[in-house]
Amino acid sequence: MADTGLVETLLRRVEKVDGGLDSQDVATSLGVDHQAIVGAVKSLLALGDVISADQRSSKHWELTGEGCEIAEQGSHEARVVSSIPEEGMPQSQLMKLAFGKVGFSKAMSNKWIRLDKGHEGGPRIFKTVEHLEDLVRDKLLLVQKGQASQLEEKEKNELKKRKLLSEVTVKSYWITKGSCFSTTITKQETELTPEMIASGSWKEKKFKPYNFEALGVAPDCGHLHPLMKVRTQFRQIFLEMGFTEMPTNNFIESSFWNFDSLFQPQQHPARDQHDTFFLSGEQLGVSVYKYDWKIEEAQKNILRTHTTAVSARMLYKLAQQEKFTPVKYFSIDRVFRNETLDATHLAEFHQIEGVVADYGLTLGDLMGILHQFFNKLGITKLRFKPAYNPYTEPSMEVFSYHEGLKKWVEVGNSGMFRPEMLLPMGLPEGVTVIAWGLSLERPTMIKYGINNIRELVGHKVNLQMVYDSPVCRLDS
Amino acid sequence: MPTVSVKRDLLFHALGRTYTDEEFDELCFEFGLELDEITSEKDIISREQGDTKAEGASDVILYKIDVPANRYDLLCLEGLVRGLQVFKQKMEAPRYRRVSPASSEPQRLVITEETTAVRPHAVAAVLRNITFTQERYDSFIELQEKLHQNVCRKRTLVAIGTHDLDTISGPFTYTAKPPGDIRFKPLNQAKEYTAQELMSLYKTDSHLRHYLHIIEDEAVYPVIYDSNGIVLSMPPIINGDHSKISLNTKNVFIECTATDLTKAKIVLDMMVTMFCEYCEEPFTVEEAEVVYPDGRTCQYPELAYRKETLSADFINRKVGISESTEHIAQLLTKMCLRSEVMSDGEQIEVEIPPTRSDVIHACDIMEDAAMAYGFNNIPRTTPRTYTIANQLPLNKLSELLRQDLAAAGFTEALTFALCSQEDIADKLLKNISETRACRISNPKTAEFQVARTTLLSGLLKTVAANRKMPLPLRLFEISDVVLKDESKDVGARNNRRLCAVYYNKSPGFEVIHGLMDRVMQLLEIKPGQGNGYHIQAADDSTFFPGRCAEIFACGKSIGRLGVLHPDVINRFELTMPCSALDIDIEHFL
Repeated sequence: MADTGLVETLLRRVEKVDGGLDSQDVATSLGVDHQAIVGAVKSLLALGDVISADQRSSKHWELTGEGCEIAEQGSHEARVVSSIPEEGMPQSQLMKLAFGKVGFSKAMSNKWIRLDKGHEGGPRIFKTVEHLEDLVRDKLLLVQKGQASQLEEKEKNELKKRKLLSEVTVKSYWITKGSCFSTTITKQETELTPEMIASGSWKEKKFKPYNFEALGVAPDCGHLHPLMKVRTQFRQIFLEMGFTEMPTNNFIESSFWNFDSLFQPQQHPARDQHDTFFLSGEQLGVSVYKYDWKIEEAQKNILRTHTTAVSARMLYKLAQQEKFTPVKYFSIDRVFRNETLDATHLAEFHQIEGVVADYGLTLGDLMGILHQFFNKLGITKLRFKPAYNPYTEPSMEVFSYHEGLKKWVEVGNSGMFRPEMLLPMGLPEGVTVIAWGLSLERPTMIKYGINNIRELVGHKVNLQMVYDSPVCRLDS
Repeated sequence: MPTVSVKRDLLFHALGRTYTDEEFDELCFEFGLELDEITSEKDIISREQGDTKAEGASDVILYKIDVPANRYDLLCLEGLVRGLQVFKQKMEAPRYRRVSPASSEPQRLVITEETTAVRPHAVAAVLRNITFTQERYDSFIELQEKLHQNVCRKRTLVAIGTHDLDTISGPFTYTAKPPGDIRFKPLNQAKEYTAQELMSLYKTDSHLRHYLHIIEDEAVYPVIYDSNGIVLSMPPIINGDHSKISLNTKNVFIECTATDLTKAKIVLDMMVTMFCEYCEEPFTVEEAEVVYPDGRTCQYPELAYRKETLSADFINRKVGISESTEHIAQLLTKMCLRSEVMSDGEQIEVEIPPTRSDVIHACDIMEDAAMAYGFNNIPRTTPRTYTIANQLPLNKLSELLRQDLAAAGFTEALTFALCSQEDIADKLLKNISETRACRISNPKTAEFQVARTTLLSGLLKTVAANRKMPLPLRLFEISDVVLKDESKDVGARNNRRLCAVYYNKSPGFEVIHGLMDRVMQLLEIKPGQGNGYHIQAADDSTFFPGRCAEIFACGKSIGRLGVLHPDVINRFELTMPCSALDIDIEHFL
């Protein structure tokens, strides 16, 4: 709070005037520093609408240090004239004076003095005028008195060029009465206290208004990772649709379940070293079926390239039941690809998978269930493209219409498992298995507007992104 | 998925009409293709090598079309056009016929015993009186390349050689010889080389060097000679220059050598069916006779038409439609599967042409019926399958704990399951042998050497990447690590862990200890010995001596907590003290 005395003085001044007053003028008339008045204005503004103050700026002319000296003692040229006695003065002596050099040339051009170069004992200077009008000093005196407006612009600029005048900008406030104007100020409370509540004194107090423009203090809390938030939502959707979660906590899988059981021949390109991570060391694989082809190949342990390996294990388990019961399964977990990495591909990502096994399921059922699944994600426009996948037939790529991009984009893959895969497992004939899959990262990147997958997954993510990520509502 | 690039105007001319890009895209979609890109040679060159290089290149519009990986019959303009025209019912699927030569014996290819060791199979055929144009010729060469890249598995399974029959004379001999004994002028070279010289010559060839490994280490290399000792080819590397085909070639001898006979037959069928339409008598292929070392002979190409019988009801039931038998037969015919309703009015006899090697089983025929019907015309129905959902108990527990750890002020990290050996061993002051880590045999970079055995290194790397964030940093992750386990069929198992770190100017052991207490409270385990939990001092090289404790719950060791060793801090490029908690949550199921 600024000096209360000054604040009250200022308020009384404001009360007296009709229109308003300038803070600079108040400072001058009170003989105090302008900054003190500014402080008083600011503390009054903080009290609410006691006064209002508009900032404005004005320009005025001021004498420079040299200008002040001239206003006091006369211009250099006038001082040269007055310092020369009737008998003249040697030039060398004049030049020794502080104002000598500048004053000499100006006085010469004004023809106030003359130089006798041939004088015995060296060049000598004589006055040529008795009385002179020191116009420079007069002009500066006008400015000093605050009457600079009487001078012409040209004259002022001339003096500015001689570094005798400078133009300065002054910031000030135009102060007027506010809607709650009063000359007395009551101290405002900042916060409600337990004492005030107990004593009831809050009823008499005035409270300092809050600044609702400012942000609050961020709560001290932990945050869930955005990709995991999306995973939670997908899990929720599957559970709502009656799907049971598969045990996918086995990153390491045998080639048998990952490829062979899924009708991917041993020469299939996906089984290349280039696409799959193989494990080194002892191979402990025990396979369920004996095939004609190389069993060593089927026993190679790998990092699973899809969670469908788990679906295959689950279907095999289902086939071993005494009596077939229809099932709906889902999983969301990591898969691994030994591929070239780029902005949208990492060596590991999460695969979302849904599987339904029952008698008499149709392709129409698969499209219907996909329609319902994607509806829950807020995706209503779907269409299906024939595609190829070694273990499903028919296979369909799922496309959704992206309103932002104004085009159809691929959102997943789906199909009916081939009978060549189901029958050897021992599933009854007539049982159809429909399935679909998509990645978790892609919809998350779209949802949170992330273009580079490294900004979403892995240790290099910016934690601020995690702190700032909103709740995940996929359907809005 | 292979991509075929065709000249748009040529394609439209062959289709007998023009399409807008959108219309053609729509047609592709329906047929299971994808119009991937619309471009031109000029565009491609300027994108890859800069505008100056592109000057003067053709700006004829090219369509790049993605073709399903099992549809070898759509890998060239000829096949695409035929497939689409039949689909749009503009033409009937042609019937491919194998014919004997009009006035002479068929060409013979004799396989010798020596090939058994390196590349035992070969098949052959002749395209008689063919007329090439520049476009046809380009397409013919391009199809070989596409087949080599796809069904031929980069020439390992099958390699194709095509020759101007009029420059050579049969019978041909397919044999194998030591590399030093093979000498010929290879395609587009000015002089003769031995096979050894060729292998070193092609070491630097951007295209051929990828195939050298197939035979490089063999004692003998495969080679085909004509009756005058002229080398036709040295499969799977290069053809001879002598028999190369040109625009003026009238009669083409095609040979396919292979390690897989089935694939060789498919590839030969594809080559001849795609291009026999340019023969004087379209859609006929002249047979060639292959003589095996044991004296057996076979006529190729096979061009086998196979018949399958299935019921309309099967298709209706699988697809979820109810169409008449006649209509389903029509739909299949549109997919080049000529079909006829049998006398009972219910069964359909489907003829699978040699071009459709992808059709293996009834379900493949059903898919074609569904495609012809239009996937998007099939009514979308809800299955009646009634099931009760269950969560996996381990995941349910993880989900519940995650929420409460965040509520306890810790932020969830998501780190990679693969990492370098250094991350889980050296940097944590552990010996790799004590980690039970599963090692990856073919990592491309050090980042993928092992599957992680702890979540701690991922969290510390996350801290390191976020050193500019305000302190303290409180992070956690609940996820799987992978440990060797001899009792599992794959020799390893996942283990669900909860790991948390506290990184600040002071170690904050009490903070991480408090978090552990909170976790136990959430899991309804009370402090104390026996059925409760307690901690006791432990030695662990990752932690600062005297600042590590082992956690016991219900009498079992479940993990550790403590202040990290300063050397660990340094090795992760951190500067502040850090405390950590690491527990196995599978004990609480």
